[in-house]
Amino acid sequence: MAAIVLPLVNQRDIGRVAVDIATSVLRPAADEVDRQARFPAEAFEALRSERLLSALVPVNLGGGGASVVEIGAVIEALAQECASTAMIYAMHQIQVACLVRYRPPTLDSLLRLVAERELLLASATTEVGVGGDVRTSRCAVEATGNGRYRISKEASVISYGQEADGILVTARRNPNSPASDQVVLVLRRGEYELEPRQTWETLGFRGTCSHGFLLTATGAIDEIIDTPYAEVSAVTMLPMSHITWAHVWLGLAEGAISKAHAHVRTIARLTPGVPPPAALRLAEAMAELHVFRSLVHGAASDYDAALRFPDRLDTMAFAIRMNNLKLSSSTMVVDLVGRALRICGLAGYREDSPLSLGRALRDAHGAALMVNNDRIFHSTAQLLLVAKGV
Amino acid sequence: MLTERIRVLVRAHGRLADAALPADAADLYRAGLSSHASVNLMLAIEDAFDIEFPESYLKRSTFESINAIARAVEAITSEVSSTT
Repeated sequence: MAAIVLPLVNQRDIGRVAVDIATSVLRPAADEVDRQARFPAEAFEALRSERLLSALVPVNLGGGGASVVEIGAVIEALAQECASTAMIYAMHQIQVACLVRYRPPTLDSLLRLVAERELLLASATTEVGVGGDVRTSRCAVEATGNGRYRISKEASVISYGQEADGILVTARRNPNSPASDQVVLVLRRGEYELEPRQTWETLGFRGTCSHGFLLTATGAIDEIIDTPYAEVSAVTMLPMSHITWAHVWLGLAEGAISKAHAHVRTIARLTPGVPPPAALRLAEAMAELHVFRSLVHGAASDYDAALRFPDRLDTMAFAIRMNNLKLSSSTMVVDLVGRALRICGLAGYREDSPLSLGRALRDAHGAALMVNNDRIFHSTAQLLLVAKGV
Repeated sequence: MLTERIRVLVRAHGRLADAALPADAADLYRAGLSSHASVNLMLAIEDAFDIEFPESYLKRSTFESINAIARAVEAITSEVSSTT
């Protein structure tokens, strides 16, 4: 009987590429990025040169055609060395995912350009005066004739707004629309102006440069994403946010636990035959880390699988699952970095030691605040009033 | 009759932007129905018609218009009566 020989496809492992970039480019720069709260320019130069910004763009538009699982692997690798870089990369991919799924045909050329020039996309969803609820807007699209519109938005944060090549902006459909009837505008650099408002002087994620701006822009009406933002959010933006952010928190925790692991190995070599007490704590932390990893990886692969059935994503059950992914992962990252700190002891507590965990600790505490966990608990509590099943 | 009862519930729980209700076929989300208000509306409908929306009905499209809600209520009540 003749053997069936399956062709071996030598697929590019972008997670592996990201590991190399993380150790060679992110590691040496991360402390300075944090201290100066500056954009990690060298990281993005490296990511661009490996064509990782267009990884999620479909192959027929010139991109890498990667899955969400693969994008997650990149984010996780980056976050082990610089959580700000990983977060910027994550936020960019959320915008790309929205363009891939919902763009009007007029924006095909923009997506091709994202691939060709490795453009970096930002978003302006939060707004001054809506109390942190991104599902409502105050600003509105104002038609100005000739198929053009005008928009003015007091954005409380636009992460890496000044470094981006384009911005996706939420706004009310028109000046008469209620606050919850939102659309997504796609603006290229040159179409908008950013007037600096609040500066981003925070404990963690300092490299994301998430300053506040007054954004004013004009754009073409036929380039507005017409699908209601409620649907864009439920099927793509919200799940992509929680899944990619969870990979940031996971990578952050892995980076911290790696340091704890290194510390335990060093101590163990000093006293062969007598396992250091911290080894037990490490074993305990590793068990939790592996639960964390399964949670995050499982969410990404389930999302990839469910993308073929978008109506399964626009359901309460899925919304609750994504809420819980955010709640669990943002809690676990703080717990695990804390465990790593206790294992490393003073070596982790010092700011001038290679095992320093100060930056990881500050970054980790951002997880529960960026979209506050209480807001998410409240959303789940509401949904559970009518949702069925567990 | 059914749509009239639903209109009353939408008016009471939908927290729409305008006092005037949109047409039965019009998009309630465009009229300002938020996800928060839609949960309250679902609860009110479940109570008024003594039904429970099965999981498969708990999606945006079920509540996108007064007509859509009426279709869902009709389908659920007929399922219930055919199995009892």
